[in-house]
Amino acid sequence: MLERLSQGPASVSELGKPLSMSLAAVLQHVQILETSGLVQSRKLGRTRTCSLNARSLRSAERWISERRTYVEQRLDRLGEYLAETTDQPGSGHTGPATPQAPARNQEEDP
Amino acid sequence: MTERSVIHDTFVIERTYPASASRVFAAFASREAKDAWGDTGDIAEAEPATGPVEFDFRVGGHERFGNVYQGITFTYDATYYDIVPDQRLVYSYEMYADGLRSSVSVATIEFVETDDGTTLTWTEQGAYLDGFDGQDAPRLRQGGTSEMLDGLAKYLA
Repeated sequence: MLERLSQGPASVSELGKPLSMSLAAVLQHVQILETSGLVQSRKLGRTRTCSLNARSLRSAERWISERRTYVEQRLDRLGEYLAETTDQPGSGHTGPATPQAPARNQEEDP
Repeated sequence: MTERSVIHDTFVIERTYPASASRVFAAFASREAKDAWGDTGDIAEAEPATGPVEFDFRVGGHERFGNVYQGITFTYDATYYDIVPDQRLVYSYEMYADGLRSSVSVATIEFVETDDGTTLTWTEQGAYLDGFDGQDAPRLRQGGTSEMLDGLAKYLA
């Protein structure tokens, strides 16, 4: 339904067509989506037209994209951290010798 | 009755570091190391939340912490499922805002040593629940949602 609505507004019967659901069942789904804020609908005459609530979807999309940005920023920081410290040849898991993090490998082995 | 919505997403991020796989892996393997590089410096406004703080880096172990930002308590609760030293990490985590579960995700971090160092691949699959505009969380709609999400994104992992 959301996929169909992402292409533009549609009536309840148009939404139900590819789903082989009764009109009542489709209407119930629409009402659920409406309550969740994802979809809004308007009744014109005998037809109820539904459309996506772009604001609500954008909110989730922004959240997801900011989550991704956050991970990217952290991995950039990891790069800086690794550059500030050095590999010790043959040291295996021995961490970098920074005074700030002397205990960094203590919990490494499960 | 509260109605629900879910939005699914997967993202993949790849980085290559001029360091051995064991050193990159070690950066994830202790709280001290994670704190050393995880701080993005923009968390001055956030305050620690009262609640469990845990870093139990072993299969079945939890990582938990929380903070308060703009009056909302955010908590992070992760469970480690797979730990292959120097090669792979799989964990799931839940995020809560004021006690409401807002997302459930699976993160897989792979470490592959190459001639250039170590390639890290971070794959994260998430189910984002009820949106931030959902009627479940009316408080989240108040004030600058974007700023709040910024703070959440920067502070919680």
